[in-house]
Amino acid sequence: MILSGSDILVKVLIEQGAKTVFGYPGGQVINIYDSLYKFQDEINHVLTAHEQGAVHAADGFARSTGEVGVCIATSGPGATNLVTGIATAYLDSIPLVAITGNVPTTQIGTDSFQEIDITGVTLPITKHNYFVGSVEELADTIREAFRLAKSGRPGPVLIDIPKDVQVKKCEFTESTKVDAEPTKAAKDIRIQEAAALINASRRPFIYFGGGMLVSAAQKEMLELADKIDAPIGCSLMGLSGIPTEHPRFLGMQGMHGHYASSMGMHHSDLIISLGVRFNDRVTGNRAKFAVGTPIIHIDIDGSELSKTVNTTVGLRGNIKETLEKLLTLVNEDKKDEWQAKISQFKAEEVEYQDNRDGMTPRNALLTLNKYLGPNTPVATDVGQHQMWAAQTVKLVNPRRFISSGGLGTMGFGMGAAIGASYGTGEKSVLITGDGSFGMCLNEMATAVSHNVPMVILLLNNGVLGMVRQWQTLFFDKHYSNTVLDARKTDFVALSKAFGADGQLVTTVEELDAALDKAFKAAGPYLIDCRIDRDEFVLPMLPPGGSMDDIIVKVGD
Amino acid sequence: MKQYTIAVLVNNQFGVLNRVTSMFRRRQFNISALSVSETESIEYSRITVTFDGEELSKQQLVNQLYKLPDVVSIKDFSDQSSLSFDLLLIKMKNEPATREEIRAAAQAFNAEIVDYYKDSMTFRLTDNPRRIDDFINLMRDYTILEICRSGSVSLEKGSTTIKQIINL
Repeated sequence: MILSGSDILVKVLIEQGAKTVFGYPGGQVINIYDSLYKFQDEINHVLTAHEQGAVHAADGFARSTGEVGVCIATSGPGATNLVTGIATAYLDSIPLVAITGNVPTTQIGTDSFQEIDITGVTLPITKHNYFVGSVEELADTIREAFRLAKSGRPGPVLIDIPKDVQVKKCEFTESTKVDAEPTKAAKDIRIQEAAALINASRRPFIYFGGGMLVSAAQKEMLELADKIDAPIGCSLMGLSGIPTEHPRFLGMQGMHGHYASSMGMHHSDLIISLGVRFNDRVTGNRAKFAVGTPIIHIDIDGSELSKTVNTTVGLRGNIKETLEKLLTLVNEDKKDEWQAKISQFKAEEVEYQDNRDGMTPRNALLTLNKYLGPNTPVATDVGQHQMWAAQTVKLVNPRRFISSGGLGTMGFGMGAAIGASYGTGEKSVLITGDGSFGMCLNEMATAVSHNVPMVILLLNNGVLGMVRQWQTLFFDKHYSNTVLDARKTDFVALSKAFGADGQLVTTVEELDAALDKAFKAAGPYLIDCRIDRDEFVLPMLPPGGSMDDIIVKVGD
Repeated sequence: MKQYTIAVLVNNQFGVLNRVTSMFRRRQFNISALSVSETESIEYSRITVTFDGEELSKQQLVNQLYKLPDVVSIKDFSDQSSLSFDLLLIKMKNEPATREEIRAAAQAFNAEIVDYYKDSMTFRLTDNPRRIDDFINLMRDYTILEICRSGSVSLEKGSTTIKQIINL
């Protein structure tokens, strides 16, 4: 059949399974929006308040489902407003297809109104991008973009479509949803080398990240842990990979990781890492990280092997299939001495735990935990609240912790929580802070207009707490531009102004009652939860430090 | 620091050179020579890059280049078993006192005169990069007016081709 470019785009989006897309119209995408209107029974478009909200929503959708998220923006400022969100998805390897309109091909390169070279701008933050020069190549380009976004190590792909390509017509042939490129297990010789290291190890430690979730290798990882009697830790991106309360799980690693998890890895004699990239927030000072400890690293992306830390055995391949093969080669072995050591770390962690009464960040999140279902997606913004959430929130099922790990994007949470709610069909929770929430609170309009079921738990301390914490510890308490006292924002009134409901709470009892109400509400509900500005995220591995420098208590 | 020359076989499309060189920029490698041309197939073009760097960062660069969808294969020509040639055009001041010495040197290097004026002469030399360096150094004793030099073009010796290299 003969179709216009914009019709072809929407038909291929539907064909590729994109039932919900997020975006914002504009001059160079009017045709696309006309086609979305035409096919509105088959595809749902969610209008956001800002393009950044749209790309974060597509990202939250992708993180919570594992499917490709889709967002649409117009040329120029619409396209550049996507940039932060695309970079967020890039650093966390999230499959996205971002579609931008552009000026007609005859005007490209003439600095026309709202013209920007968005393929140039996004070159270093996309897995790949396309400028579509003719309508004939449009359909296959979009299919290729979906294939690339979800193949191997996933990532964002941008497609820039000039206006005349959207208008022109050509023959369109229907096709089917493209598959991700098949992946294989790592080489047998590498698997044998890894098995030899594992069988010789007395204190193995399993450390996984987002790549383990992409490969859905939970079952195999747990089988390995049981067989070799190893504890498990994860990166921020790995959270929700196994249930928080699983007996083998010690929690998150790194700068603000769980004490037992960090100590466990530090004292292990073998690190078995799955789908991680040994980011500086995990390793601290790389020269002092895991000195003399062999590292097995399984990753689908070969360039991650020995990128930042030297890998003893690097296995490039699909984690699930590699573990399946590895499992047949490792010996079943109980390691009582090692487990005793781990129990000791756990006991020490309990000692360091913040057990104060009253409205502490930990108590606020423990109260929230009572209301979380096994499938509730929990999104965060970035800062102290994000780390408290990573340490405390009880997670059960995979892909339910949605947080900007690599880029650390403040303002990510609102869009992401909306996207996750669409992706899962569940009420989502956003844990945010007053700094982050201030960045993209305009998306309250989106949540209200679509009556998105979501609970916003705003841990409000009136300061930019994470930077302030560093200023306290490393900058002689020079609180430069981190105190927000001059702001007079009334978040409950703001929430009501947007048409949502909200409540201010200052005690745990009030919070409990407010959460009860919030979880019963049909649409968005904001809880302005006041906490003290001098609360710290602990433990803390100082930047550039090693496990020996860990701070577990302030004022010691 | 060591000097490396790699050839990158890429899809012959607009913007691909930008994607490849952008990777060098991101990893802070300074490209000292670059040559790009179409190949035996219209589908591919070949980018030959010479740059200085450390072995580990070079390996990381190559790994990252392999992740670009437009990159077909990569060949490292830093070892000795390859054929590498540069093209040099060098314009010398032509004066009676030095004319014969320059011509004798050029002859020894098989550099050919391609332009001759009363006050200038231009030589063309095709050779491996080190020989070209030697020739330029020799010419520094006289008055060099202008130098233009291509990046290396390199092929593996024997019947092996770049397309037979398996990714990573």
